[in-house]
Amino acid sequence: MSSISPQQLAVVVAEALAAINGATTGDELKQVRTQFVADGSPISVINSTLRDVPADEKAEAGKIVGQARGEINQAFAAREAGILQAEEHTRLMTEAVDVTAVASRRRVGARHPLNLLMEEMSNIFVGMGWEIAEGPELENEWFNFDALNFDEDHPARAMQDTFFVEPVDRHLVMRTHTSPVQIRSLLTRELPVYVVAPGRVYRTDELDATHTPVFHQMEGIAIDKGLTMAHLKGTLEHLARAMFGEGAKIRLRPNYFPFTEPSAELDIWHPTFRGGARWIEWGGCGMVNPNVLRAAGIDPEEYQGFAFGMGIERTLMFRNDVADMHDMVEGDIRFSQQFGMVI
Amino acid sequence: MRIPASQLREWVALPDDATAEHLHEALVSVGFEEEDVHPNEISGPIVVGEVLEFTPEPQDNGKTIRWCQVRVATSGDDAVRGIVCGAANFEVGDKVVVTLPGSVLPGPFPIAARKTYGHVSDGMMASAKELGLGDEHDGIIRLAEMGLDPEVGTDAIELLGLSDFAVEINVTPDRGYAMSMRGVAREYAHATGVDFRDPAAAVTVTPGTGFSVTINDAAPIRGVVGCTGFVTRVVRGLDRSRRTPPWMIKRLALMGIRSISLPVDISNYVMMELGQPTHTYDLNKLTGGITVRRASKGEKLTTLDEQVRALSEEDLLITDESGPIGLAGVMGGATTEIDDASTDVLIEAATFDPVTIARTARRHKLPSEASKRFARGVDPLVSRAAAQRVVDLLVDLGGGTADSLGTDLVEFEPRPAINLPADFTAKLIGVEYSVAEIETVLTDIGATTATAKGGWTVTPPSWRPDLVDAPGLAEEVARIHGYDRIPSAIPVAPPGRGLSRSQAARRRVAQVLAGAGLTEVLAYPFVTSEHNVLFGTVDGTAVPEMTLANALDPSVAQLRRSLLPGILDIATRNVARGLTSLAIYELGSVFQPVGATGSPSIPIGNVRPDVTTLDGLYDSVPAQPWHVSAVFVGPVTTKQPGQTAVPSGLGEAIDAVHAVATAVGVDVEIRQGSHHAFHPGRCAEVFVGDVSVGFAGEVLPSIALSLDLPRVVSAFDLDLDALIASAPDHVVATPVLVFPAATQDVSLVVDQSVPAADVRVAIIDGAGELLESAHLVDDYRGAGLDENQKSLTFALRFRAADRTLTQQDATDAKLAGVVVAASRHNATIRE
Repeated sequence: MSSISPQQLAVVVAEALAAINGATTGDELKQVRTQFVADGSPISVINSTLRDVPADEKAEAGKIVGQARGEINQAFAAREAGILQAEEHTRLMTEAVDVTAVASRRRVGARHPLNLLMEEMSNIFVGMGWEIAEGPELENEWFNFDALNFDEDHPARAMQDTFFVEPVDRHLVMRTHTSPVQIRSLLTRELPVYVVAPGRVYRTDELDATHTPVFHQMEGIAIDKGLTMAHLKGTLEHLARAMFGEGAKIRLRPNYFPFTEPSAELDIWHPTFRGGARWIEWGGCGMVNPNVLRAAGIDPEEYQGFAFGMGIERTLMFRNDVADMHDMVEGDIRFSQQFGMVI
Repeated sequence: MRIPASQLREWVALPDDATAEHLHEALVSVGFEEEDVHPNEISGPIVVGEVLEFTPEPQDNGKTIRWCQVRVATSGDDAVRGIVCGAANFEVGDKVVVTLPGSVLPGPFPIAARKTYGHVSDGMMASAKELGLGDEHDGIIRLAEMGLDPEVGTDAIELLGLSDFAVEINVTPDRGYAMSMRGVAREYAHATGVDFRDPAAAVTVTPGTGFSVTINDAAPIRGVVGCTGFVTRVVRGLDRSRRTPPWMIKRLALMGIRSISLPVDISNYVMMELGQPTHTYDLNKLTGGITVRRASKGEKLTTLDEQVRALSEEDLLITDESGPIGLAGVMGGATTEIDDASTDVLIEAATFDPVTIARTARRHKLPSEASKRFARGVDPLVSRAAAQRVVDLLVDLGGGTADSLGTDLVEFEPRPAINLPADFTAKLIGVEYSVAEIETVLTDIGATTATAKGGWTVTPPSWRPDLVDAPGLAEEVARIHGYDRIPSAIPVAPPGRGLSRSQAARRRVAQVLAGAGLTEVLAYPFVTSEHNVLFGTVDGTAVPEMTLANALDPSVAQLRRSLLPGILDIATRNVARGLTSLAIYELGSVFQPVGATGSPSIPIGNVRPDVTTLDGLYDSVPAQPWHVSAVFVGPVTTKQPGQTAVPSGLGEAIDAVHAVATAVGVDVEIRQGSHHAFHPGRCAEVFVGDVSVGFAGEVLPSIALSLDLPRVVSAFDLDLDALIASAPDHVVATPVLVFPAATQDVSLVVDQSVPAADVRVAIIDGAGELLESAHLVDDYRGAGLDENQKSLTFALRFRAADRTLTQQDATDAKLAGVVVAASRHNATIRE
């Protein structure tokens, strides 16, 4: 039978705590654990002698040994946590990188601004309940001209600078405007019709700063009962404000197109134009000519409506200060990348 | 169309200080777009001088200049100036035009005293050209030749009417009448409300008789007789020494017309004034009377530009007993042309069918001021006044005598009356015009109006062939009262369905590719036949293609069957500009004709064709499906800290194909492919089920190099319409399984020719529904394997819907997969 001396315990605890608190690295702490905490350490040895303590002392001895062990284990756990934290901190510090020089793993892409602009304009009309209509770029002359009230000898037909396709007596042309989509829509859709037709068109203009033989237009047509030129004006005003802000204004000037009567030129007031606010020619519009409705089999006594169209390149030029048409057609990626996914 | 302000002022009251801006503003408001301003910018002092004496002084350069003393004022210290002059066409005593220091001539060309040829020249004696009076530059102006003898010191700007400008407007093709002062003055009056004086009414017409003219049109075009009016007049005894007066030269110059000779200038001037082209024949060169007829087959005419023209049976001719003497409304013939000696002339003012003249001008490529007017329609009732006006000017300015010989052939039926219901204009325009407002406009434009039941019966004036229906009249009311009166209203469309399935899918594809690092481009669709064969076919088999008849660049006259040639061209341009890391894509139409295209004839415009005809029109247009294609050049990323350049290659193209498929919502399958424009060992064909939708791969290096691109260029070309068509309507979801997974790898040895994808499919087919995913992690070739073998390692993940799998479950499923791979591809497990 032996007994456990509190003094002896105190010495063991003091030695263990000194060793624990003296450890500064994980490795040292491991050593300390073997020496002062794990099986075979002095406190462990004392603990194992508890069974030899006389029964009447057992409770008291158990208590003080337990307290001593608890003290050591607690100190060890605290030291361990402290060291782990410090080591993790050190590791994180060494892992620091210059975030301004991180290697990128992919290319950065961009949409073409002409397409973005057509989508944005289309969205405004879709928001009003209109739909988007489409048609072929290589088109039968009947849709491009005859059905739109340009007969074969119409002076305006000769003025359209048309690309013809071989053999020319087969009546295929590159569409000179998106208007053939209007007639296709009237022929195939249920009345009333409210559609816009964005797309590519062709004219035999050499490429220069302000012309390109391949360009884009957006046309709209609305055919319903009781539509007037006031509805045309209101629709275009809405478009202008949606695109250029509440300060935007439009102006109609008399003009001539075979497929509308009355016809008008559309000007927009550009409040932030480079070089000062001014009116800018934006497109053409008018009330759909009864002959166009007749070509689609629609009774002009019952239905009437309006149509309008504008060039997308031109719109991008004055909206986004694009000075030269070449930038829009050459495909230099630096041009599109200025826009990214937004115009 | 250019309008000199001084000339317009003769017919409408312009404000005294009317500027070009004012004229443009007024004319724009009634529908004439502003084109340009042509000033005759000139400022004084420019005065009449008298040559007092001169000394010829030969110069080293061979020229002889004259050192002149010129009186430029009646009194004062500076009344006589010393002036150096290079011209030799004047005498002592001649009155000339002197531009004194401080004056500015058109150019602008400022005049200062300057030292030249050893003298100080204190001003300049001016030629006609220097003053903006035409092209005459052979000598200085001698005022006596113009019939002028003003006092020395007289302001020559005022004297010669030099201070003027012209505004240039665009006249739309429906308004032929406005290609004249008469029409523009009327429109200016509409715009401003001032009174209009009709220049045609200012002419007093004397009838002409006795000159025989026969109209004999055996082949009218579209049922319209080629000539419905032919007025002739004769002037005899012209004094051919008479020159065109400066005011007329200046106005013609402002209108962009060069002065030629007095009779020609007068003819042009009257055309600009009244809109009626006239032609002047040498009366003594005519043989007998005139017959107007269509040309015969094989007939020829030498026009006054000395060109021999082979005629079409549609061409309308002016003939006399000698044969053709003119191409009606387009150009006169050489044999009856007036020359410097002609003194007796016959003036023609005719009315021709617009279509006949337009076709002839186009056929012979002879667009002229005359043919442009005839093609748009000339007032059939202005011919007498025009002929008379030419006569009057030839008498006044040319010293001739009017003869009673002439012709007065004018056939004109009033234009068909239009029924204009009272409420029509308001219902179309959206403005409640008063009765008076409507009637005033109709009267002002020259129409005759009668009140009819519920509205008006309106007969348009002779010069307005464009007014054929009620909307045309409503337009007149709206434009003359101003479009500013029209209010705004937003129409309510029926509920829309948003973007179509295809439109939405195309937008997603475009967005996804940009998000994946590609840049969108828009190439012209013009290519070569070689391009179409190379990229538009798999193996070089000839394919039909569409060809432009009038390409701007004949070397690329074909319409593309593939987007790739255009994108590659853009790639080359970017690389040449130093942009060597590129991934570019395009969504666009390709042109894929099959069989016969087009229509042999097309129906008329203003009536809906019957179903068969309409179907024929739809079918005549070749298929133009949407494709999406891309090209990848140079590294994905260039060298960076801690990372070498990441090369581009086939993988980038295939990843992008998968991105497109995801955006469309279809599963695509990549199979080993073969396409003559791609690397034979690096070409994938893309399938949806068993349908091929395109290719992805590395472009054949020789093609890349020939385009000045690096050897490795990857690309894909997909039929986007086909992809979208194959996408399911909607996704059918399966439940997500949540029991723990079991994972195992398997390595299978197969022949190198067996595609990994096929082995994977075999494993999937064999392993059954427990297999959740099979992912290729290694493709090993080399030591331990036969020369033509490879070992493919797949990471497999198994999961059951209803329990935790044991490793034995997973092993059984895996081995079932291996059995299928073994039977299909002779695969063996690599231990």
